[in-house]
Amino acid sequence: MRRELMTGNAAAAWGARLARADYLPAFPITPQTEIIETVAQWIDAGEMNCRMVMMESEHSMITAAGAAAATGVRVFTATSSQGLLYGMEMLYTVAGWRAPFVMANVSRGLAAPITLEPDHNDILAARDSGFLQIHCATCQEVLDASLIAYRVAEDARVRLPVIVNLDGFYLSFTREPVDIPSQDEVDAFVPPFDAGPTRFRAGKPMSQAVAVLGGTPYSYFRYETHLAARAALEVYAEATDAFERQFGRRYGALDAYRCDDADIIFVMMGSFATKAKDAVNKLRAIGERVGLLRPILLRPFPDTAIRQLLAGKKAVAVIDQNISMGMGGVLHGEVSAALNGSKDAPPVLASFVGGLGGRDISAEEFFEIAAETRRAAENGETPPPRLLFTESELREIRKLQAIAHVEHGSDEAEGNRNGEGEERHA
Amino acid sequence: MPDAGASRFRRMRDLPSSHMLGAGTAMCAGCGGLAALTEAYDVLGENTVFVNAAGCMSLMSVYPFTPFRGSWLYTAMASAPAGAQGVRDALDVLRARGRITVQEDLQVVVLTGDGAAGGMGLSATSGAIDRGLDFIYFCYDNEGYGNTGQQTSALTPHAAATATDAGNSGFPGWKKDLFALWAANKPAYAATIIGGEPLDLVRKIEKARSFSGPRMILALSPCPTGWGYDPKLSIEIAHLAVKTGIWPLKEYIDGRVSHTRMPHPRLPVEEYLKPQGRFAHLFEPRRNEAALREIQAGVDAYWAPWEAQREA
Repeated sequence: MRRELMTGNAAAAWGARLARADYLPAFPITPQTEIIETVAQWIDAGEMNCRMVMMESEHSMITAAGAAAATGVRVFTATSSQGLLYGMEMLYTVAGWRAPFVMANVSRGLAAPITLEPDHNDILAARDSGFLQIHCATCQEVLDASLIAYRVAEDARVRLPVIVNLDGFYLSFTREPVDIPSQDEVDAFVPPFDAGPTRFRAGKPMSQAVAVLGGTPYSYFRYETHLAARAALEVYAEATDAFERQFGRRYGALDAYRCDDADIIFVMMGSFATKAKDAVNKLRAIGERVGLLRPILLRPFPDTAIRQLLAGKKAVAVIDQNISMGMGGVLHGEVSAALNGSKDAPPVLASFVGGLGGRDISAEEFFEIAAETRRAAENGETPPPRLLFTESELREIRKLQAIAHVEHGSDEAEGNRNGEGEERHA
Repeated sequence: MPDAGASRFRRMRDLPSSHMLGAGTAMCAGCGGLAALTEAYDVLGENTVFVNAAGCMSLMSVYPFTPFRGSWLYTAMASAPAGAQGVRDALDVLRARGRITVQEDLQVVVLTGDGAAGGMGLSATSGAIDRGLDFIYFCYDNEGYGNTGQQTSALTPHAAATATDAGNSGFPGWKKDLFALWAANKPAYAATIIGGEPLDLVRKIEKARSFSGPRMILALSPCPTGWGYDPKLSIEIAHLAVKTGIWPLKEYIDGRVSHTRMPHPRLPVEEYLKPQGRFAHLFEPRRNEAALREIQAGVDAYWAPWEAQREA
């Protein structure tokens, strides 16, 4: 083992290297590109024995990844944002093939408007695809989750692809100290891929991914995939236990921070949860009993663990770094479903949306979220969902709109039609 | 015909007497695509993995039945060549690592219709050619989105009536030249075939097998349901497609295109058009002389340089 400063992208590449990925179909997209360039350099230098091929799109990349896994080799790939959506048809398809492989997704907000900075609408669009999802908050987690992901994906009880999610810029380009386990240790943790009978070989003809007629076989195979994803809860727990024994680092399906004696809990995913963690510490310093619950597994969803951890709390604030148009925060809905019908569920489950397109969530905003959630707990009424946006930001937008020649008299109408204001070219 | 001397198929009687492809598929009676595939599969052999794009033939393997003695992977409409890439690369990795023997290796064949081939699958096909993928690309061309009821595709011919160009002038555009697209990018091999000419067909499949790299087989696939004729006429229509020069049988090797059949004399195109419901509007209620002349002129212009070469 050695310790290095590295980006989240490099950590993802290290995960692929240490897991001895045989094959990497690739397509570049900011902010993921460093992952595939790093692997390419290792292959050129003879440090990694992997076949890498540049595809012409993410749709093809995910097809090739699934097809190679279905043929019996260990596959790694990576994408982000628009690329994930461009390949969306194949996410569902290769998960249905039960083709196990690992894909890093470097989260980035979705167009329109087009942007480079992170939020979780890309990865949450893949929520129902059949891919399992591990959400990381640090560069170390990215490397470790990639190894754990292979254990879970390839387990005979699961056999599903896994996405390891890391936030663009905040993890992809941020250097943190990362322990790189030795190859021997990783070999002991991630044994060679056993494709079992599901592979293509001459002399052993096999039809994969054939059509079905009618709802009965269709339902059967869809239920099987769902049940395999549910079985992954236990397989993940076993894998993380083994990981802890081997490497000394503990990962649950949830990361619960100062939750035990807390009466108010923030729920957040990804690297922005580290901002929430900092706010928890500051609030604790002034006597506020606040904790943070960070789902690491989003699929399968650790609903029982969430129910247990939130039982008896006064109020919960779910802070979503995504927005489902016409509904609100996606994670809020997920947590709400997990708590539904539970006797000692917190009476207040408030929804906040923030951090879209990499917009910061300041400590002051976390304080305000905590205060509002506490007020709600006291008067027993869940507040309406809040979209985080400050007055100073609105003033900034007004300036931009003035430059774009948007008439102030029709602010509201224009504000709804993004990018349609005339641009002034200097 | 391609090198009869080098082929193990010298005469019709050399063709396989029993077929690899099982009977009783869900394809339409008289399907020209199925005829071409049946003949080709006998030469491709069992150690073939078909990587299929959405189309008529996607319904050949329906759980738990398959007419294929070899392997099969259904992908999606747009990305069968990328699926072929993944399978080929994985087999290469397994070979390189000593995890499979050479005897366990497979021939990777994309099985696609013309709708996917000339439309949304073109990007993935282009990528596979760019990467020099070692595969055979087998396209059954029934000149429309046949599986959904014969809507216009990129390979629909001029003036053909389709479900989406049902007016009395048919499709106003011209058939995309998929063969030329491939040939322009220097594949290892490319050929046109038709099920009604089985000897020519098997020789070309045999030849395709002897090369490595991107190889394309484009099979004009007379389609009774989509083209509007009695299924028993399928072979007749195929012969007319060749004899009128509408469907040139040709191949590309080493930068050169050559014809394996020079129809001489060429029959007038209307002999091919007339039996087909999709061209009925060219004859009824009155002959559309202008359109018929235009189609004939297109075929004449195609053949003019080749015929001049032959006569020289």
